[in-house]
Amino acid sequence: MAKVPEIELMNKGTTACPGCGAAHAMRYMLKALGKKTMINIPACCWAVIPGVYPSRNLDIPLLYTAFETTGASSSGVRAALNAKGIDPEEITVVGFAGDGGTADIGIQALSGCLERGTDTIQIMYDNEAYMNTGIQRSGETPYGAWTTTTPVGSKKAWKKNPKKNMMEIVNAHGSPYAATVSVGHPELMIEKIKKAKEFRGPKFIHIYAPCPTGWRSDPSNTIELCRLAVDSCAFPLYEIENGEYNIYKKPKEKIPVKEYLKLQGRFRHLPAEEVEKIQKNVDREWELLLKKEEFTKKDDGD
Amino acid sequence: MSEMKIVSGNFAAAYGAKLSRVEVVAAYPITPQTEVVEKIAELVSEGEMDSEYIKVESEHSAMAACIAASNAGARAYTASSAHGLALMHELLIWASGARLPVVMTNINRAMGPPWSVWADHHDTLAQKGTGQLQFFCENNQEVLDSVIMAYKICEDEEIMLPAMVVEDAFILSHTKEPVEIYDQELVDEFLPSYDPDYKLDVDQPLGFGSLGMPDWYMDFRYKIAEAMEKAPEKIKKVNKEFEEVFGRDPGGLIEEYKTDGVDVLIVTMGSISSTSKDVIDELREEGHNIGLARLRTFRPFPVEEFRKLTKGVNVVGVMDRSYTFGHGGDAAREIKDALYGHRDVILKDYIVGLGGRDLTPKILKNVMLDAISLQDKGLDKEIEWVDLKINQERWRR
Ligand SMILES: Cc1ncc(C[n+]2csc(CCOP(=O)(O)OP(=O)(O)O)c2C)c(N)n1
Ligand code: SF4
Ligand SMILES: [Mg+2]
Repeated sequence: MAKVPEIELMNKGTTACPGCGAAHAMRYMLKALGKKTMINIPACCWAVIPGVYPSRNLDIPLLYTAFETTGASSSGVRAALNAKGIDPEEITVVGFAGDGGTADIGIQALSGCLERGTDTIQIMYDNEAYMNTGIQRSGETPYGAWTTTTPVGSKKAWKKNPKKNMMEIVNAHGSPYAATVSVGHPELMIEKIKKAKEFRGPKFIHIYAPCPTGWRSDPSNTIELCRLAVDSCAFPLYEIENGEYNIYKKPKEKIPVKEYLKLQGRFRHLPAEEVEKIQKNVDREWELLLKKEEFTKKDDGD
Repeated sequence: MSEMKIVSGNFAAAYGAKLSRVEVVAAYPITPQTEVVEKIAELVSEGEMDSEYIKVESEHSAMAACIAASNAGARAYTASSAHGLALMHELLIWASGARLPVVMTNINRAMGPPWSVWADHHDTLAQKGTGQLQFFCENNQEVLDSVIMAYKICEDEEIMLPAMVVEDAFILSHTKEPVEIYDQELVDEFLPSYDPDYKLDVDQPLGFGSLGMPDWYMDFRYKIAEAMEKAPEKIKKVNKEFEEVFGRDPGGLIEEYKTDGVDVLIVTMGSISSTSKDVIDELREEGHNIGLARLRTFRPFPVEEFRKLTKGVNVVGVMDRSYTFGHGGDAAREIKDALYGHRDVILKDYIVGLGGRDLTPKILKNVMLDAISLQDKGLDKEIEWVDLKINQERWRR
């Protein structure tokens, strides 16, 4: 397993809440990619976390962009570098957006960026809602969760739609590399982001990044939640390399999903039958993923 | 060697971009702009144009990519029209806020519904507050000239703002005219390569566009206002330099056509100006003391120039190919603004040619005769819609 590099490109002093998974996401991502990285950040918590003008806690060139433009903006930076004769091997162009900026309002720009084969790493740090604007539902908010736009109330209006599967959406574009990673598993996360950098073309990284503020969880439980998400298979760690699936961290023993849900106030209202429903869905998705891995595995002789 | 070619306004725009040695192009097709993107695709694929061409999936992404490229230190270009331009709105403001000299060509087209692909200035003028410089062209040569000039003006460190060079749908975009395609060396002499002081650079990492608290934001806005205030002089200066190098005057802020000591001043924008000039000649021959001002630069608005031009004038007749609902024609309103407290003059706003409605010499002449008649009868109406189905008889007779 790769060691966590010593380099710090994210300095002390952020405006992130205590226990913010997104803050870890940036720090490890920069450790993996190093100084020769240019980053595009749209509206999201990370538009504020680096600090307000004239302060900035990141030691890499940083371009803030409009909410829905990360993929296009990344393409623009890459094109400018191409025009100046600077290869993707030399400088990595990153799009670093939240789940809303990636999977909802920014999905068109992302799709265009992937389809054009832009040499970039598009990163979705997933805190499963629009946090910057105060915890509204996103396409990545899981079934059953409370948010301010899926309030529970007497009509039990918690989120009734499933989480959008961005890995599949990216894979459908024929992108060479996509991986899910978790801030609770920093060595693995760094290893996968470093790996992504070696592929030419569009790469995608889905970072699981708990948000204590929005999930109504204890800030000291952020890393624990990451572990539980992986061990319950609610958030499996896998990669897709040229269409081939590889679950790179299988839980030794699958734990019940309710262990994971119960540390989060956003699921507090769910009755037992709803938790059961979520468990069934997690089981089904996990089985499906195992099948995909089995089906796409190349024979050794290949 | 420079060469004369018979080309459409769209090709003129594409050649303007080529001669400006734009490094990044990001554009999305829309009628009647499509030929710009097709021509650039062809020039790039033939190796005649050395640009990175990003085939984006929308106009919003086109401008976003141009902004990012410009932030990374590259000269960037895009082209659009009507609905495409409207979709870019957020990023037109972003480009000026970020102080990036992205230049675009917009083909002036009416906005739907009802769907319309024909000439109308509503699309461009709906963006007049976005911090873009706006140049309205009269002919295809001017389209090419203005793209080159726009980079020179906008990349000046005292300006650092984006610009729109605009041409009327079909009347220019699809009409072929002789255009001088300049020698590249001559253009290189006029327009140096783009080399901004601040850009994305791994050796000197900076942040662009971070959150500005209320104790900063307003001062940044003031700096844009200052740059806009400096722009008229800069435009005149670059116009002069352009004339020295290429032997052609693209028109600066306002092109004056026989305006010396006139009683009646007609104001036009874009392609109707050429026909209007013929009509002016006719009316002058008939003994009317009338002249024409072609409003070429809408942003920054040539306030001082209008004050000077209207000295001693009795009537100003403004032809607006756009209408801001609840207010009036854009040019007429802004000229009134400029003249307030300076000139006591009759000003009438004629709303003409929306959605490509044909403006024949006869209609234009009737508009001008109406303006002339106001000298005796005084202002009858502040705003008059010309050649509607309900009043066609009057304007076409
Ligand atoms: C066009 C546009 N619409 C809406 C917003 C308001 N807005 C800013 S950030 C945000 C939510 C961001 O959510 P996400 O991408 O998940 O990032 P997070 O804040 O959760 O980190 C919204 C709705 C905006 N800035 N621009
Ligand atoms: S709201 Fe959530 S994602 Fe945003 S800074 Fe706070 S903990 Fe981090
Ligand atoms: Mg989010």
